[in-house]
Amino acid sequence: MRLRVLTAVALLATVTPVCVRAQVSSARTDNAILIEDATLLTVTHGNIEHGSILIRDGKIAAVGADLKAPEGATVIDAKGQYVMPGIIDCHSHIAVDGSVNEGSVSVSSMANIADVLNPDDMSIYDDLAGGVTTANILHGSANAIGGQTVVIKLRWGKQASDLPFQGALPGIKFALGENPKRSNFTPPPGVAPRYPATRLGVEETIREAFIQAREYKKQWADYNEKKGTGEQNLLPPRRDEKLEPLVEVLDGKRYIHSHCYRADEILMLIRVANEFGFKIRTFQHVLEGYKVADEIAASGAGGSTFSDWWAYKMEAFDAIPYNAALMTERGVVVSINSDDAEEARHLNQEAAKSIKYGGLSANDALKLITLNPAIQLGIDSRVGSIDVGKDADLAIFNRDPLSVYAVVQKTLIDGQVYFDRQRDIDGRPALEKEKQDLLAKEKKASEEKKASKKTEAKPEKKPDQKKKRAPTNQDSAAGSAGVAP
Amino acid sequence: MRKAICMRSPGFPIIALWLALSLAFPLWSQPSTNVYAIKNAKIFTLAGPPIEKGSVVIRDGKITAVGANVAIPEDAQVIDAAGLEVYPGMFDPVTQIGLNEVGAVGATLDTSELGDFNPELVVATAVNPASVHIPVTRANGITEVIAAPGIGGFDSQSSGIIAGQASAFNLAGWTMEEMQISRSVAMVLNWPSIQTSSFDFSTFSIKEKPYADAKKEYDKSVNQLSDWFTRARHYAQAKEKGSPGLFVRDLKLESLVPVVQGRLPLLVVADDARDIRNAVDFCTKQNLKMILASGAESWKVKDLLKEKKIAVILGPTERLPEQEDTPYDKPMTQPAELNAAGIPFAFSSFGTSFSRRLPQYAGTAVGYGLSHDEALKAVMLNAAQIFGLADQIGTIEQGKLANLIVTTGDPLEIQTEVRYLFIKGRLTSKDNKHKELYEQFRKRPAPAR
Repeated sequence: MRLRVLTAVALLATVTPVCVRAQVSSARTDNAILIEDATLLTVTHGNIEHGSILIRDGKIAAVGADLKAPEGATVIDAKGQYVMPGIIDCHSHIAVDGSVNEGSVSVSSMANIADVLNPDDMSIYDDLAGGVTTANILHGSANAIGGQTVVIKLRWGKQASDLPFQGALPGIKFALGENPKRSNFTPPPGVAPRYPATRLGVEETIREAFIQAREYKKQWADYNEKKGTGEQNLLPPRRDEKLEPLVEVLDGKRYIHSHCYRADEILMLIRVANEFGFKIRTFQHVLEGYKVADEIAASGAGGSTFSDWWAYKMEAFDAIPYNAALMTERGVVVSINSDDAEEARHLNQEAAKSIKYGGLSANDALKLITLNPAIQLGIDSRVGSIDVGKDADLAIFNRDPLSVYAVVQKTLIDGQVYFDRQRDIDGRPALEKEKQDLLAKEKKASEEKKASKKTEAKPEKKPDQKKKRAPTNQDSAAGSAGVAP
Repeated sequence: MRKAICMRSPGFPIIALWLALSLAFPLWSQPSTNVYAIKNAKIFTLAGPPIEKGSVVIRDGKITAVGANVAIPEDAQVIDAAGLEVYPGMFDPVTQIGLNEVGAVGATLDTSELGDFNPELVVATAVNPASVHIPVTRANGITEVIAAPGIGGFDSQSSGIIAGQASAFNLAGWTMEEMQISRSVAMVLNWPSIQTSSFDFSTFSIKEKPYADAKKEYDKSVNQLSDWFTRARHYAQAKEKGSPGLFVRDLKLESLVPVVQGRLPLLVVADDARDIRNAVDFCTKQNLKMILASGAESWKVKDLLKEKKIAVILGPTERLPEQEDTPYDKPMTQPAELNAAGIPFAFSSFGTSFSRRLPQYAGTAVGYGLSHDEALKAVMLNAAQIFGLADQIGTIEQGKLANLIVTTGDPLEIQTEVRYLFIKGRLTSKDNKHKELYEQFRKRPAPAR
């Protein structure tokens, strides 16, 4: 646990990166692009051998075996390669400036991840290089009702305001079980433990918040009604930033993505949702989802899970790698997510595990990281498959992406090449030279400074030259509250 | 069983004779549980080119024959492996298997002891043979592991400087005594790093430290280390030459004697190039046998590792690069780079629940340039060689322990299934907690409404 705190804080400490990686977003959107002669894994209408994709204005304009490049079009020769829809990661904490957890209160719905997007986070590029084009950026799991969430496209090199997926409904994070009850967390000395400390209290916290939200909604409805009748000297209700997102949930304008593990707590949230008449959009992690898959399917919620993580805490002890396949079999829309900047680099491999564990077809396995998360995020009319009219968000692999040997060659978002493996490799010598030049300059300046200050007695503090990258730990995404995913 | 009953019987000779006469034929015609023959398989022995269609014979835990034209013993249980492939079992050389059941539940952990210098601790003491991680891991083709104390990984954090002795064991058996391959296979040394920032729990914030202070702490740790090894040398001399009556036994120093005498390697955990250089320098000066563990920046010190003949147990291929300006794919290309430089290495999970990902780590490195043959060696053979266990495991050769897997295809590919699993010559069950829960809940009827 302490390690997780450390890594999350290390993340915080490295938000001034020396961004020396190649920025490759250069293609123009207005021109046509033709990706030629590849195996197309459309996800919705089978695989097309020797197929081509025509892209216009960032959208897929045509898909087929006999497409000709229009005049002036950029041609990407993908002979022998595989094109799949850009990978969608339904649970991510990349591109967040600092901690993902506002952990001080049990209802932190006033906090919004969209306010702290960091476009310079190296993980954006790392995940792009794994074929990820869209990610659901979630608040942490420290609270029964957590902060607001945002769907982004991994537009590396653009500013924060260009990251959000336009038109995607915003979300809110809920969390059940060990994390909101702080089972694996010791408060710092002098800090009192926070309510709740049991699953009973987690339910009560959510129910209490929705009673308030319903009341708040009614106050505004009453106010607006009276205002509509022309009543004078009305005092509007006091705006409540904590309750407003919950009213949006009640109105179906904001999706709930609820962190959960055990079967009992999954059923608990379904009961509370039925009581207040709201919907749960996705159960996240949902590692015991296979135990109550019928109930989840009946509730209309999706399940977004790990491929094979287990046993890192008590509520993950009954996790099984068959979870995705078993929930799929029972009619749940399932996605495989990363919850981690590193894991997101090989979601294609993680999806392939559901073929081995539970016998999904190759196409159903691909859906776990494309169409299904798109459905879960309500953006399936825009992304998630290779279909005419959809955004040209694509990942080009050198072989079948469900093979462990497949390597991403190019990643496109809105028809622009945001990652190009060859260009990355070609750019390395220049970057290395730039680094060495800067180091030499720094060294020279430091020596000159030393020479001029020689007479002073003050000892020089040598800064640690090695800036640590974001941590590699799988649980880094759990945030500074020191909790497992 | 029958034999045991006979021995205890007072009328042993008569009964034995009767048994021999009356049961001889049915007994001998039935396959023995200790003898197996896998036939018609493609066999990757890792000791030579693959055998396109051949057999492996196993008797009493050992491989007794392998080849294209091997006689199948009459008492063997025969597995027709037509269309299947046989490989040595995989070996995960840094794990916490048996020491770590549920990561967040302290009572289930025996990974991290208090104190910085604990050379006398031996992991085998606390490996739980009933850990549910063991069947889960072996079902994915991992037949033996090393569990190491105090090494951080996905499931646990590092603790101590000299953390204790690592143990190698098979992933099947009723007791550790049955499972053990080597009780003490290496001494774990978490190389002290120069750390300028740390997390302060009293203020719950990150605390920066001037470089000079961090360096001072580092120097202190290294001096302590030097001191331990010097004292261990003196201890060995005293023990050898001194009067037994005056000799006071010291468990810690005694445990370090095999290390200073070069009989037990030091498994040195370091990632940064600077730390690796410092550790190599230290071990060279102290004349200690070093194996590098984790080694994220081994690629920066290839010449040094090559010159000093230091092998690397690589941390997971699937990790982020160490530094902001490290190429994004460095953890995946590093194995190919080390191989090209002639540095022996093996893949490892450094975990418990992640141990079953071992073939995935190797497969990923193949995608980024490592040859498939080398990748197989790096999950099956290399670690055995590095830890001096290759006389027992690592290849399919006559006389070796019969730890092998029969697969539906390429064992590094994610979708491949392990069809049969042999550990210490026994056909071992692939059942495990995950499969059982799957089968149980797959049968759950639709809930009553």
